[in-house]
Amino acid sequence: MSIYDIIFYLFATITLVSAFFVVTIRNIVYSAFFLLFTFFGVAGIYVILGADFVAMVQLIIYVGGILILILFGVMLTNKITNVQIKIGTSQIIPASIGVGLFAGILTASLVNTPWRKIDTAPLLPTTQGLGLMLISEYGVVFELLGILLLIALIGAASLARK
Amino acid sequence: MIHIGLSHFLFVSSILFSLGIFGIVTRRNAVMVLMGIELMLNASNINFIAFAKYGNFGLQGQIMALFVIVLAAAEAAIALAIVLNIYKTFSTVNVDEIDTLKD
Repeated sequence: MSIYDIIFYLFATITLVSAFFVVTIRNIVYSAFFLLFTFFGVAGIYVILGADFVAMVQLIIYVGGILILILFGVMLTNKITNVQIKIGTSQIIPASIGVGLFAGILTASLVNTPWRKIDTAPLLPTTQGLGLMLISEYGVVFELLGILLLIALIGAASLARK
Repeated sequence: MIHIGLSHFLFVSSILFSLGIFGIVTRRNAVMVLMGIELMLNASNINFIAFAKYGNFGLQGQIMALFVIVLAAAEAAIALAIVLNIYKTFSTVNVDEIDTLKD
């Protein structure tokens, strides 16, 4: 077993175990913190796949931005002084059966499909290539995403202060 | 010993996606539903980047992953604003109790 395999199994285990705790643990604050470990694990998987820039963006935006937003959402929508912060789950058994079936079918179909695999050498570093593609080939999408983020910012502000 | 290949990454992403669905359908708190959606978006991102590496697509899969991350950020901001409004109106974020439209 090479060091590559060991690192992959480490990050995959971190990701899946903490994702399991995110969806099953009862205290929502603990769920948010386990989400942090899930995002770290996913960033590690990106690094293994040779996507260094995307991994950094994942850390900055997800861990630095979205997770903080979610924690704010938890804090603002729960009465911390009451013990309201533990929230229940509903319909565990039918959901487990349905999602288990779905996961089995999805995993089996994805893993058993004979994908045409061409294992290319990792393009490191990817930052220059990504930057060039963002301003040439995907320039329109890039600008549209800028407008979308502006609209989301204005919309979120005007929704929240109403 | 099997060498790590495309199917290992696809396995991780499909399990992560299913856990996200499980979180969405079982948790009652609206913020938890949002966390489930984030898990599903991460799973799709793993798929994009795995296929970019093993499918000889160059950097296009990574570009798509960046776009998904941007959309996730916008979605999180809007969704949390909506959740705050729901909390102000109903004093709860339990998605089972917010059923005014049913009447």
